[in-house]
Amino acid sequence: MAEFKTHAHDVLVIGAGGAGLRAAIEAKTAGADVGLVCKSLLGKAHTVMAEGGMAAAMGHVAPADSWQVHFRDTMVGGKLINNPTMAQLHATEAPDRVRELEAWGAIFDRTPDGRILQRPFGGHTHARLAHVGDRTGLEMIRTLQDRAVALGIQVYMECTVIRLISTVDGVRGAFGYWRTTGRPVAFSAKATVLATGGIGKAYTVTSNSWEYSGDGQALAYEAGAELIDMEFVQFHPTGMVWPPGVRGLLVTEAVRGEGGILRNALGERFMWKYLPDDRRTEYAETDEEATRWVTALSRGQDTDARRPPELSTRDNVARAIYTEVKEGRGSPHGGVFLDISYLPAEHVKRKLPSMYEQFKELADVDITRGPMEVGPTTHYMMGGIRVDAATGETTVPGLFAAGEVAAGLHGANRLGGNSLSDLLVFGARTGAAAAKRAASVAGSPYLDPVQVQGANVALAAPLERSEGEDAYAIHRDLQEMMGRLVGIFRVEAELDEAIRELAELRKRWGVVRATGGRAYNPGWNLVFELGNLLTVSEAIARSARQRTESRGAHSRLDYPATDDATWGGRNSTVARAVDGSMTVKATPLPTMSDELRGLLGSVH
Amino acid sequence: MPDAHLKVFRGDPATEGRFESYDVPVEEGMVVLDALHWIQGHEAPDLAVRWNCKAAKCGSCSAEVDGHPRLMCKTRLSDFDLEETITVEPMRAFPLVRDLVTDVSWNYEVNKTIQPFTPPADVPQEEWRWQQEDIERVQEYRKCIECFLCQDVCHVLRNHETERPFMGPRYLVRAAGLEMHPIDVADRREYLKDSGGVGFCNITKCCTEVCPEHIRITDNAIIPLKERVADAYYDPIQIVWRRLRGGSGGSGERVELPVLQGSPPQGGPPPAAMPPAGTHTAGPPPPTDEAPD
Repeated sequence: MAEFKTHAHDVLVIGAGGAGLRAAIEAKTAGADVGLVCKSLLGKAHTVMAEGGMAAAMGHVAPADSWQVHFRDTMVGGKLINNPTMAQLHATEAPDRVRELEAWGAIFDRTPDGRILQRPFGGHTHARLAHVGDRTGLEMIRTLQDRAVALGIQVYMECTVIRLISTVDGVRGAFGYWRTTGRPVAFSAKATVLATGGIGKAYTVTSNSWEYSGDGQALAYEAGAELIDMEFVQFHPTGMVWPPGVRGLLVTEAVRGEGGILRNALGERFMWKYLPDDRRTEYAETDEEATRWVTALSRGQDTDARRPPELSTRDNVARAIYTEVKEGRGSPHGGVFLDISYLPAEHVKRKLPSMYEQFKELADVDITRGPMEVGPTTHYMMGGIRVDAATGETTVPGLFAAGEVAAGLHGANRLGGNSLSDLLVFGARTGAAAAKRAASVAGSPYLDPVQVQGANVALAAPLERSEGEDAYAIHRDLQEMMGRLVGIFRVEAELDEAIRELAELRKRWGVVRATGGRAYNPGWNLVFELGNLLTVSEAIARSARQRTESRGAHSRLDYPATDDATWGGRNSTVARAVDGSMTVKATPLPTMSDELRGLLGSVH
Repeated sequence: MPDAHLKVFRGDPATEGRFESYDVPVEEGMVVLDALHWIQGHEAPDLAVRWNCKAAKCGSCSAEVDGHPRLMCKTRLSDFDLEETITVEPMRAFPLVRDLVTDVSWNYEVNKTIQPFTPPADVPQEEWRWQQEDIERVQEYRKCIECFLCQDVCHVLRNHETERPFMGPRYLVRAAGLEMHPIDVADRREYLKDSGGVGFCNITKCCTEVCPEHIRITDNAIIPLKERVADAYYDPIQIVWRRLRGGSGGSGERVELPVLQGSPPQGGPPPAAMPPAGTHTAGPPPPTDEAPD
């Protein structure tokens, strides 16, 4: 059995994207000794791919903006099953978190009067996203990385956690391995923060990197924590569809935020047809009004024109594109056209430099001269670990979660730009709470050797089998199945079939074999990620089957209406039963204060 | 479509490196990283490749393709003559971990020695007002995705031409981003001169040529830093002024950079025409399970 070291910290943060870095910074600043573990090199986490910006009601471009409007937009976008306290904390604290990044060295694009510039995005009433061209995530992660380095936070790079170690009193640490050598390693901690991001690699067509394998959701579930809202997987409306190698790669919503128009093969601006009746008045009435809005935006002026129909919420635009393609009005490669080329080329290159580059380099398309082809791509998990709104503590003591891996803020559909601000607001809150918890724990936590040895055996097992399938084949089959049976539109029979096929895939996974050695062996590493993906995929399928209505990102062909009487104010909750099987039930949403209810009432 | 013929470096520091050949079915628009993923999924599941975003935004999949330092995620197979073999090797400036993965931790250690962003204590943040045209130069530096291709191609680092450590183009770009930040008040000139070794750069612009973000590293970052250092230390008026002030303008404490442990000097041809297959020299042993500090 391979030998390993145990590293002790007050606070262990797993994941070094925006939420993990922000949590580590806050915990360290509060005086805790912090260890930060990440699967990749520091600064490569998925946050680096975020493009459009971070939503914060600073009112630099639209003075009428306020936290109240941001709160309302978030709740309305989430179809009112968001955790209202989280939505309130997020809206009130996001501006300070953005200013804090600037104070740490970030350089956002500027307004004509020299302040942080804000851009419009889908579902946001006002221009609200602080940004740096279309590389906001890079600016954010580099700023946080620099801050973490300046504070001297201990970082464990290219290290994967495969199990949390617990006692009856809660989580006490984690067990994993170094990717470069394959050797095991253990961490003991008085508080553990999961900030591992999403689950996109459960699907073939996704904007997510290999790291997005549902690690945190599965680790928490195995440790006894509850997951909620797992049926709500965001399919971003605009991913690249061609060439095949880049299918799913994100085309930022900023293209539409800057005036991009969606058209089908017949040249129709189809989004006019898909605007929901109850929100129709928030959008332009005519092409002319939409054009006036774009013109004012590009000149940095306020306008009474309403926003174009392309800036509907992501769930709605994704369904619209899917429907256009399915009904035969798609582009040659099975998408629709997104056109920004009617604006001056220099303006497009300045506002969307990385999109210009991405299409030129990877698809031979000059977006200043012609349209892009785009279609839906798996992008974001609204669901995840149930957390306390103020502290990020899960239902397991000593275990915290922040960012995409946690659930509640976004409800049934996340607004673009609300993710980066989520990472900062709840990363900071969770880091502070974890440090506080750690300070209340005396002595060094004891790691149960039986659990640690069990994890060590599980780590070695795939390498020790003399026969068995490799993980790549099972992963391909999982991704294909999830796209086919648990995609944008769902029906009960297909979800039942998905649950059956998941059980088969799980059996195959149980005897998976890895060839080669331990050092930097991706085929072996994938085994553990695949196990996590199987767990979250089952949670998605079971939650989707339970919710017999359509709401936000969850669209049931057999239950096309939103059923507030049965499902309003209710979350799907997944937990592990004593016998190890997965249970799913419906639980009531946390109550909303009268003040917050009043804010929603004003728009209905 | 025809198959692509790839010759991929395989090996680790403990064994003699070798090149393995793979025939990969080509799809339209395919990049070198797609081809390696196909090899992992069908022929060599343990082929070590570092990658993340596959969209040229994270800078993880740096390697040398037919001798050219490139991001594999934006190197298209259609740019090659598919009748010919495409050779894929790890970055040569850094110690080998395994196959196409190198140990780039030296870069992170150098980064720690740069004085971080230092805003003035007496200017409240509400008064930080900058015009877009005034920050565009700094935003250019901040486009860096840390792929380390500029470090890989820099002959000072690659050939270990100096006895003193050299921070390399990546960290000169970072330093430039801090020095020219509109509100930063720190003075890093002494550090750049004595510790960072800005003088070792002799402006061959190899770094600029390989930068996937098209940062004009030499012209916009390194030369302005050299000028700042020259103004401070070699301009007679500045020298007199510094004597009058009674200080060196810096902290007075020399920061020691780590030395890059890599392949020994090859003395061979430049990167565009690398030594033939099988000559990759093993670096020191791979990282142990000790925590990186």
